[in-house]
Amino acid sequence: MNAHTGTVRGKERYRSGVMEYKRMGYWEPDYVPKDTDVIALFRVTPQEGVDPIEASAAVAGESSTATWTVVWTDRLTAAEKYRAKCYRVDPVPGSPDSYFAYIAYDLDLFESGSIANLSASIIGNVFGFKPLKALRLEDMRFPVAYVKTFQGPATGIVVERERLDKFGRPLLGATIKPKLGLSGRNYGRVVYEALKGGLDFTKDDENINSQPFMHWRDRFLYCMEAVNRAQAASGEVKGTYLNITAGTMEDMYERAEFAKELGSCIVMIDLVIGYTAIQSMAKWARRNDMILHLHRAGHSTYTRQKSHGVSFRVIAKWMRLAGVDHIHAGTVVGKLEGDPNTTRGYYDVCREDFNPMKLEHGLFFDQSWASLNKMMPVASGGIHAGQMHQLLDLLGEDVVLQFGGGTIGHPMGIAAGAIANRVALEAMILARNEGRDYVHEGPEILARAAETCTPLKAALEVWKDVTFNYQSTDTPDFVPTALETV
Amino acid sequence: MLDVPHATTTEGGETRFDLRKEAEAAGITDTLQQLEQELVGLRPVKSRVRQIASLLLIERIRQRAGLASAPPTLHMSFTGNPGTGKTTVALRMAKILHGLGFVRRGQVISVTRDDLVGQYIGHTAPKTKEILKKAMGGVLFIDEAYYLHRPGNERDYGQEAIEILLQVMENQREDLVVILAGYGERMTSFFASNPGFRSRIAHHIDFPDYGETELLVIAELMLRERGYRFSAAAREAFEKYIELRRTQPFFSNARSIRNAVDRIRLRQADRLVSDLDRMLDVADLERIDPADVLASRVFSGGADVRSAKP
Amino acid sequence: MKLTQGCFSFLPDLTDDQITKQVQYCLANGWAVNIEFTDDPHPRNTYWEMWGLPMFDLQDAAGVMMELAECRRVYGDRYIRISGFDSSHGWESVRISFLVNRPPQEAEFELVRQEIGGRAIRYTTVRKPAANASQ
Repeated sequence: MNAHTGTVRGKERYRSGVMEYKRMGYWEPDYVPKDTDVIALFRVTPQEGVDPIEASAAVAGESSTATWTVVWTDRLTAAEKYRAKCYRVDPVPGSPDSYFAYIAYDLDLFESGSIANLSASIIGNVFGFKPLKALRLEDMRFPVAYVKTFQGPATGIVVERERLDKFGRPLLGATIKPKLGLSGRNYGRVVYEALKGGLDFTKDDENINSQPFMHWRDRFLYCMEAVNRAQAASGEVKGTYLNITAGTMEDMYERAEFAKELGSCIVMIDLVIGYTAIQSMAKWARRNDMILHLHRAGHSTYTRQKSHGVSFRVIAKWMRLAGVDHIHAGTVVGKLEGDPNTTRGYYDVCREDFNPMKLEHGLFFDQSWASLNKMMPVASGGIHAGQMHQLLDLLGEDVVLQFGGGTIGHPMGIAAGAIANRVALEAMILARNEGRDYVHEGPEILARAAETCTPLKAALEVWKDVTFNYQSTDTPDFVPTALETV
Repeated sequence: MLDVPHATTTEGGETRFDLRKEAEAAGITDTLQQLEQELVGLRPVKSRVRQIASLLLIERIRQRAGLASAPPTLHMSFTGNPGTGKTTVALRMAKILHGLGFVRRGQVISVTRDDLVGQYIGHTAPKTKEILKKAMGGVLFIDEAYYLHRPGNERDYGQEAIEILLQVMENQREDLVVILAGYGERMTSFFASNPGFRSRIAHHIDFPDYGETELLVIAELMLRERGYRFSAAAREAFEKYIELRRTQPFFSNARSIRNAVDRIRLRQADRLVSDLDRMLDVADLERIDPADVLASRVFSGGADVRSAKP
Repeated sequence: MKLTQGCFSFLPDLTDDQITKQVQYCLANGWAVNIEFTDDPHPRNTYWEMWGLPMFDLQDAAGVMMELAECRRVYGDRYIRISGFDSSHGWESVRISFLVNRPPQEAEFELVRQEIGGRAIRYTTVRKPAANASQ
């Protein structure tokens, strides 16, 4: 289907009127993307009767230089360079009405170090384009030249671990529950119990900002009392993600500064504050030795459905460029959406210095991160100690495992919940390093550890049957075919 | 996965053993065969290695049968002149020990006095320990071990290395095997003045010098491996070479033969290149002529070495 | 107080056999193994004293265990930790760290609070003098 349809060139190209996008230079099947091009992969679902090539060319056009009609002012520019070029359109396997469109953009189309500009170009207008029934941005490839214009994660996994003095195991966290209604004093109690019990971090939820039941300064003051108390009681570095999300940048800076003044090692923001605000806070975090946690609040509105929106892997890539240190990236086994292969792709985007193309994980391109810091993925939502072997197997070692309900809901109390999680984790790491088949022997390893740890015994008992086995909506389109072995 | 499990006395113990299977599983059969191919002659050495391998195999099985419990002493001494195959045998011995689980990793760390003994106070212990740490799980091969001991010099730092070695040889028998190697006579006097070592050596292998016929076979083997062969006259010349060389200083058996072969190749190349105008065929490239051998200084009374000292 | 720094502090203290396996895991990954000791386990004390140089190129954990035994003999009354250092690009830092020795009486910390403007407090974690520390 990747045949050339004939680009109109020269004077003819700029004759007033309407011309098909694919004839205006937005469909160039012979084009070989340059190393310095930004590449985007869209899943295009054209309206009935619309030629998929034309639809794809339209996406290239509408996300770069085109408008609905020919304009003579193009001739005042190096238009051929600035035109995005769709160079390949493939049918989506198992989905007859949609197509993968590969589109290359010249680097000069983008402002350096600006996710706002990048996203305004790539997803600015085109998603509402009428000839398309649906459109999804699946993946992007950023040239090293562009990657290097971004700060990247303020702290990064390695330095975060060095600051916390915690190595060789996933970090443990918990989101304070109930997420709404606790007073500052009560809220701090939960933080203290959880940290003293054995967690490394506690976390504000995405919508804990400054409400009538708890104003932000109160929360910060009580939380830091709790953090410092727990630190002295255990001799370990502890932290709590103080959510500094607010209505204005001025308010956010004020909260961030106060968190720093109180000695917090980490602050938190929500994805909904917007890309520019995120980049500003990333710069602030690097300037102030602060770890920056991002809660991906709101992302499912556009990442979850396969046919329309933006894939989370693109958001994850943008956030690594933007410079956050932590990002929620799914649990696979927990309560929130997350296919194992797709999630694996997100984790690789966060943690590797180079992502090779891996279609079965949803990674469509080779991506070099050019030594940008690594981002710590966070697994949160409906996970508990009984799943420790699966979590370690699926998510690896460089991850924050957040057991909110799995800590605070423990029948013997919050500290007991924290102990249960920490013991389960350490026992599993010990077994893995000893070379045991911990994935299969997991339940046995946990049961063994529980023999000398009553809180773990109780946790295993309470949550033994909890699983969330629902069909994922965002699954890879490609599955590896097993080669026949003789 | 990471560790070869230590065989321990099982309660009750196993009662029946398929010996062939056990030997093959431990790789002993292969290793002995490899040794057979690698080393020309050396009958007594090979049969000694075979004996030790058999003993180790049976020891392993006896442990499983519940008949033996204490970890055996496995340290060895290899005595003989240079170039008699001590290092090669050490490598194969490490493989046998590893195959049977008497050492966990099977690496061979080969050292001499200079690697173990320091130059000033406080230097020796860390040096010796550094080497011991690298050798843990494998075999520590100490060549010309007698240099560790300097008779008449009580303050020699070698003594410190000896003490550390003895301690580890005694207390960490499961962690490493030490092989002490060197000339026969000097080793004998070394053991005489260091009874601590003698009592900790379980196996002794003596490496005799190669006979003249064996040395010729070795030379031909080396040439074949490199794609050369003697002409009939060249072989005769080389027999003469061996006869003379053996009586000269610094003769070191197979090692001297290898050096001789390397120099013969140089002379052959030199001879071929000296006549640029002729056409060569494959036979010319393969063939060693008597001249290539006879040009050696060995025939004019001097050792076939570049300077007087090796 | 049981100091809970390191990878396995919530488990019963590791036996030498367990430590050997963790060290072997480090060696199998090609990490250098380092032994450090201190009598000041403050959470912000990054630099414990090194027991010799990090051990590179070892094949077997027995070498590390030999050093550990020696370190314990000399500094058995202090905290000792073992860490594995990964020199590969993009990491170049510690990969694992765990305690292998505790003093008979563990350190304890307390908070010193300094009231600053408003309700804010500046916290300092300080070592409790041994006489006041609980058994």
